[in-house]
Amino acid sequence: MQNRSSSAFVSPTYINGLKAGFPIALGYLVVSFTFGMTACLSGFTIFEAVFMSMSNVTSAGQFAGMNLLIAGTKYTELLLTVGIINIRYLLMSTALSQKIPLRMPLYQQLIMAFGVTDETFTVASVEVETVTFSYFMGLITLPYLGWSAGTFFGSLMDNFLSPSMQSSAAIALYCMFIALVVPPMKHHRNIRKVVFVTMFIRLMMLILPIINQISSGYSIIIAACFGALYGAYTDSKQKTEVI
Amino acid sequence: MIKPIYGILFMAIITYFIRVSPFLLFRKKIESPFIQSFLYYIPYAILTSMTIPDIFYSTHFLPAAIAGTLVALILGWFEKSLMTVSMSAVLAAYLVISIFS
Repeated sequence: MQNRSSSAFVSPTYINGLKAGFPIALGYLVVSFTFGMTACLSGFTIFEAVFMSMSNVTSAGQFAGMNLLIAGTKYTELLLTVGIINIRYLLMSTALSQKIPLRMPLYQQLIMAFGVTDETFTVASVEVETVTFSYFMGLITLPYLGWSAGTFFGSLMDNFLSPSMQSSAAIALYCMFIALVVPPMKHHRNIRKVVFVTMFIRLMMLILPIINQISSGYSIIIAACFGALYGAYTDSKQKTEVI
Repeated sequence: MIKPIYGILFMAIITYFIRVSPFLLFRKKIESPFIQSFLYYIPYAILTSMTIPDIFYSTHFLPAAIAGTLVALILGWFEKSLMTVSMSAVLAAYLVISIFS
C-alpha cells in the first residue's frame, strides 16, 4: 500500500509543496473569480465575499451558503446544508491524518486542517509518501492566495466575463479532478475498479426510486465509501490469494 | 434574517470543525490494513463521485460539457498537467458554446 505513490519524496519540503500547489491556485483563481462576481451581483459587499473565501476556503459550500444567506435563512438550515456539502472533508482529514509524520505537534495539525480542500487533499495524498507540515503549508499557500485574490477581483469586475465564458469556466475544476484520477487509473487495476464501482453506484443513486431522494452531498459520500470499500475488499482478497 | 457576516462566520466554524475533528480523533496511526486500504482509495472515489454526473451539468449546455469532458479524458490519459487539462477543456467547452448555442 505504501509504495504506490507516483513520486515518493522521503521528506517533502515547502518548495515541493509550493510547486505542486501552483496549478491548483490557477484553477482556484477562475472559480473564486466567478464566486466573487456572483456574490457581489447577488448583494454581498466586497468585504463579505472576500471574508467568506478567506474563512471558509471551500467552493460548493460557499456558493450554497451565499445563496441561502441572500434568500434569507435560519442557522439550522445553514448548518445542515454546509454540513452535508462539506462532510466529505471528514474522510479527507481522516485519510490525511494517517499520512502525517508520527508525533507532529498538535498546533501544526490544527493549522493543517484549515487548508484541507478537495484538491490540496488529493494532490497531497497522491504526490507524496509522508505529508510533512512544511510540504502542506507550501501546497496550500498559492491556492489560498489564489482563492482570496480571485474572489476580490471577481467582486470588483462584476460583468467582466461574458456568460458563455463563465459557463465554460465552470467545467475547469471537474476537469482538474479528471486529470488527477485518470493517470493513476492507467497504472493501477484496483483504482480503475474503484472508479468504475463508484461511478456506477453514484448513477444508480440518481436513478433508483426512493434512493434518488438523497441529497447530492450525502450520495457523493455514500458512493465514494462503497467504491473505496470495494477497493479495500479487493485488496484483502488478493492478499489472501498470494498467501 | 441572518446578517451575512454572522452567517459567514458560522459557516467558517462548521467547516473548520469538520476538517479538524479527524485530526483530534485519530491521534494514532490506524493499523488495520483494511482501513488503510480504504483510506488509500478514498481520494479517487470522492473525486469520481463529485465529477460524475455533475460535470455534465456544469456548463448549462450539455454538448459543451461533453466536449470538455472528452478533451479532459484524452489529455488526462496522456498524463498532461492539471493546468493543461483543465484549460484545454474550458477552451473546448467555450468553442462549442460559441458555435452551437
